[in-house]
Amino acid sequence: MVLRVMSISGIDIDRAIKTFQILKPDGTYDQELEPKLTSNELKHLYKTMLTVRILDKKMLILQRQGRIGFYITSEGEEAAYVGSAYALGPDDWIFPAYREPGAALIRGATLKELIAQVYGNAADVNKGRQMPNHWGFKRINYVTPGSPVGTQIPMATGFAIAAKLRNDKRVVLTYFGDGASSTSEFHTGMNFAGVFKAPVVFLCRNNQYAISLPVSRQTASITIAIKAIAYGFQGIRIDGNDILASYAITKEAIEKARKGEGPTLIEAVTYRLGAHSTSDDPTKYRTHEEVETMRRYDPLKRFRIYLESKGIWSEDDENETAKKIEDEINIIINEMEQTPPPDPRTLFEDVYAEMPWNLKEQMELLLDELKEKEKEIQEVK
Amino acid sequence: MAVINILQAINASLKEEMQKDDRIVVLGEDVGRLGGVFRVTDGLLKEFGENRVIDTPLSETGIIGISIGMAIYGLIPIAEIQFQDFIFTAFEEIVNHLAKMRYRSGGQFTAHVVIRTPYGGGVKGGHYHSQSGEAYFAHTAGLKVVIPSTPYDAKGLLKAAIRDQDPVIFMEPKKIYRAIKEEVPDDDYIVPLGKSRIVKEGYDVSIYSYGAMVHVALEAAELASREGYNVEIIDLRTLIPLDIQTIINSVKKTGRAIILHEAPKTLGFGAEISALISEKAIEYLKAPIIRVTGFDTPFPYTLENLYMPNAQRVLKAIKHVMSY
Repeated sequence: MVLRVMSISGIDIDRAIKTFQILKPDGTYDQELEPKLTSNELKHLYKTMLTVRILDKKMLILQRQGRIGFYITSEGEEAAYVGSAYALGPDDWIFPAYREPGAALIRGATLKELIAQVYGNAADVNKGRQMPNHWGFKRINYVTPGSPVGTQIPMATGFAIAAKLRNDKRVVLTYFGDGASSTSEFHTGMNFAGVFKAPVVFLCRNNQYAISLPVSRQTASITIAIKAIAYGFQGIRIDGNDILASYAITKEAIEKARKGEGPTLIEAVTYRLGAHSTSDDPTKYRTHEEVETMRRYDPLKRFRIYLESKGIWSEDDENETAKKIEDEINIIINEMEQTPPPDPRTLFEDVYAEMPWNLKEQMELLLDELKEKEKEIQEVK
Repeated sequence: MAVINILQAINASLKEEMQKDDRIVVLGEDVGRLGGVFRVTDGLLKEFGENRVIDTPLSETGIIGISIGMAIYGLIPIAEIQFQDFIFTAFEEIVNHLAKMRYRSGGQFTAHVVIRTPYGGGVKGGHYHSQSGEAYFAHTAGLKVVIPSTPYDAKGLLKAAIRDQDPVIFMEPKKIYRAIKEEVPDDDYIVPLGKSRIVKEGYDVSIYSYGAMVHVALEAAELASREGYNVEIIDLRTLIPLDIQTIINSVKKTGRAIILHEAPKTLGFGAEISALISEKAIEYLKAPIIRVTGFDTPFPYTLENLYMPNAQRVLKAIKHVMSY
């Protein structure tokens, strides 16, 4: 069957089915579609992708050595979130999931802040309350996510509706994976966004797997992007390993939202090269060959060829930058391993704005227990 | 001062707070044009417009998720869940996200949302229009649970909930929405969260209750007084934060405790009150602590009058603890 391409009330169905691409896997590109980014901007984007790649590698080693408890890599998906996050304006907001560290870096989070959260120590602004990868920083309008998948989607829409009610031009970008497209939160978030024409951009990183289950177990829909049409707005399918497409299409969606023209769902088709998390064994559900085949589409590789072809990146730049990032990460790791855990009192803080009597009682109990333990240690000495 | 019922008191509370603070928005199914299925939000759309009184699509998950986002933005959303029985699809957004936003972000983000929801039986509503789910929420760290039993309290407690900084589940006893009337000040006042009300002083036995059951306790106290028993009644008003001092003071005085609620007995909020009295005042007890509650069954339709605690059942409990 040949799908007839058509348009319904300004929605281009073609864009929700075909995969948009600017930068090809071999590093060649469509000059007409190439976004206008300066050499410095392009280098900044590449360096951010490289930073996450190196961070992931380091954190994975630390987890295997038992120095951190858990980690979630995003190898292969860097273009999808770095490019899209870069399209936001300075006052815009992100409601992330847990696999977009590069989006936080683009917004201005520091490596130290990211690593402190992984260690959950006294330097973590989230006070060690969640597993690694649940980054949130108010300073950069980056909202701390939870673990249950897709739950941030209606929240992002709610923020966008509030902005619209207040005639505020801020736009919200929310990230989630293909698994999240199966949740009721996805449905209701998209539905509210359509009904209220909310200035929100939904970015689904379709990385092909929700832990062990392939995208065919999440949906029988021809694409995820096409789901937007049923909610009354544009869905756009892009090559998620193409950072230029990721940037250009998200920018278009954000500008549209800022003009009051409503939401967009972007499906960034990518591939999760690593495991779901450090607790996962992907050899149980996919072949080594599949992963190796997908490595050919590595978003860093193709972007690097593109930068080199423009004469703004070289082998030396690569080695020098990688070394610098590694050194920085090593220094931070060293510092984080010297940093104590959060104060025991923080266990009871922030449950409510003011601590109620029962929490005070329980806190005193714990502090007494710790005092006694301290005394015992002193006596042994 | 006008004589008004609980519905009118809540309506007045919403209206006055919305006039004072333009960050407040009301949202939910049917809250706008219809004014709510119980007419609690009647007239608000006309006064405040559709940017502040928002008829939403039919999705509890959506209403709460949207409210969290709005609150992070800086608005104060007051979400209506039409019947508490429908709240469960939003349970995830409430217990995992609304309740935890402040905690999980280390205090960086807060989500002050007030969820208003009619609850409880006695209106021929059957299983899906009668449940009392307070224990689910009281068990969730990060939420406050408020239940008024009079028009005066309904107005003042809702104002306190709106001005609080934490997420609040505001449960409205729908059986007595219209049945209880009293004089309520036209001007501004609050009833602070975490302070219970001594409905009636007495010295023989303490009855701890909330919501519609406070009035059953009063009926039982009247019956008991004819038999020579002097009953003290405490309306908890807020389950979280709980006014532990008043609870303990009362049992120290009477030495006998009965807890009365319409939610099922097992792991109901009464179990918590009983445990707290045991922990903090067991030496004052002259008799076992008795719970008079709904049964551990789903809420029924035809036999709801048998399911709901009544004054006779409470009187029996009073006699039991008095003769112990």
